[in-house]
Amino acid sequence: MRYIIAIIQPDRLDEVLQILEEKEIHLVTVTNVLGRGRQKGISEVYRGHKEGGRLLKKVKLEIAVNDEYVQVTIDAITQGARTNHIGDGKIFVLDLKECFRIRTGEIGKIAIG
Amino acid sequence: MRKLRVWFLGATGFLALMGVSKLALAAGTVAPVINTGDTAWVLISAGLVFLMTPGLAFFYGGLVRKKNMLSVLMQCFMLMCIITLQWVMFGYSLSFGPDIKGIIGNLSWAGLHGVGITPFADYSATVPHQAFMIYQAMFAIITPGLILGAFAERMKFSAFVVFSLLWATFVYDPVCHWVWGVGGFLRNSGALDFAGGTVVHINAGVAALVCAIVLGKRKGYPSHMSPPHNLPFAVLGAGLLWFGWFGFNGGSALGANGLATSALVVTHVAAAAAGLTWSLLEWKISSKPTMLGMITGAVAGLVAITPAAGFVGPMDAIWIGVGVSVICYFFVAVVKAKFGYDDSLDAFGVHGVGGIWGALATGLWATKAVNPAGNNGLFYGNPGLFLIQLKAVVITIVYSFIVSFVLLKIVDLVIGLRVSEDEERIGLDLTQHRESGYTMLD
Repeated sequence: MRYIIAIIQPDRLDEVLQILEEKEIHLVTVTNVLGRGRQKGISEVYRGHKEGGRLLKKVKLEIAVNDEYVQVTIDAITQGARTNHIGDGKIFVLDLKECFRIRTGEIGKIAIG
Repeated sequence: MRKLRVWFLGATGFLALMGVSKLALAAGTVAPVINTGDTAWVLISAGLVFLMTPGLAFFYGGLVRKKNMLSVLMQCFMLMCIITLQWVMFGYSLSFGPDIKGIIGNLSWAGLHGVGITPFADYSATVPHQAFMIYQAMFAIITPGLILGAFAERMKFSAFVVFSLLWATFVYDPVCHWVWGVGGFLRNSGALDFAGGTVVHINAGVAALVCAIVLGKRKGYPSHMSPPHNLPFAVLGAGLLWFGWFGFNGGSALGANGLATSALVVTHVAAAAAGLTWSLLEWKISSKPTMLGMITGAVAGLVAITPAAGFVGPMDAIWIGVGVSVICYFFVAVVKAKFGYDDSLDAFGVHGVGGIWGALATGLWATKAVNPAGNNGLFYGNPGLFLIQLKAVVITIVYSFIVSFVLLKIVDLVIGLRVSEDEERIGLDLTQHRESGYTMLD
């Protein structure tokens, strides 16, 4: 079991979710996040004061998958989120020790569903 | 700049020459006396109508996505600035100045020349001419504001500024003159438009449809659009619009009198009937009444009663309100989806369609019992008025459609109407104004 975390551009979210859906990966948690990478943000100006180097708005997806779905998930996210511009984001893959489904008490592979 | 000035002077001279004889005639009328009550009401109404534009800003702003909130507010405030200046420089003169062949006012009132604090009897015999002028300025401001609902979230700010200025000059001012200006050909034909159903709502609504078609859909429309980012703001805006509308319609009586009362009462009644009707329709058709549906209905009711206020009674106002919600609901829910144009915030669906219904409904329910200076409609034994109303509607639709289309094409050629795909993705707040409406961290 793996835990996949992806940081992507906010406007790519719909596309990524749609492709994940097509690949039968339905379970996903999404949060709005702020972050900083190599991409420099668009500086904002307030009453003449330039505010540079601010944190940028991104979207974080978290997906727990069984091993056979790892590559499918990564491909789906990449396909949906890639614009070939700096700031497209990153995907992290972590080992997942255990998974419990609260309603049924199921554990492991079957609980990820 | 110099070129512009030469052109302006040339145009002024030419138009002044054509209109000078009629101005002399108008000046010959009896010197009127200012009535303090009337003047107070018109000045307050000017403030009420002014507040509708910030109200509209929040109404529309709440409906767009977070990343475009400021762009909508900014567009509304920009109109408050540029159209005000356009109005006092030459817009008022084009709209209400001495008539040229029923089509347009001349420029002899440019720079408010001769528009002083004594009343001008042909428009408002008991109110200072400048009070009438500034009251009308607020209408000129909000009308292009209504259009922005159609191109929200994708128009370049520079293109917006230029288009709005051109539209105010070449569409609003002439149509305003036809309907309300002394000598205007629609006014002379007997068309009734108490507070701007034709001039404001049909005019702006049709221009909005043209904008939606010419600019094209927003990226991701219709399947991948986020819901309105702040409905409470939209509700606040709708509340301010309803409040301001008492000045819009009630003030159009241009006096603190029975007619103003009648106009204000039917305005309120129609809005209530329309808001309720829209809610009931949703309850019946899509299972739950929604907040957005309720305010959309109320605004549609206010639009529809605008031409009819001051000519119809309160019971007939209920039918105008019920009718507008049924018709607009059908347009917004069915027709827009069928044709697939992206009138983002339903500027055409509510203001265009609601305005057309209101103008025609005036031809049905108007009665001299309410306003002896008005006329009887179809249901009061005079089918002729309905035909006159229909003619005014068709002429306004055709003119607004064609000229708005041409103006958009010109601005597109010179500046380009749409932001780039990347800018649309990032949002207009950041790309057009270098600001964010909201922060995520404190």
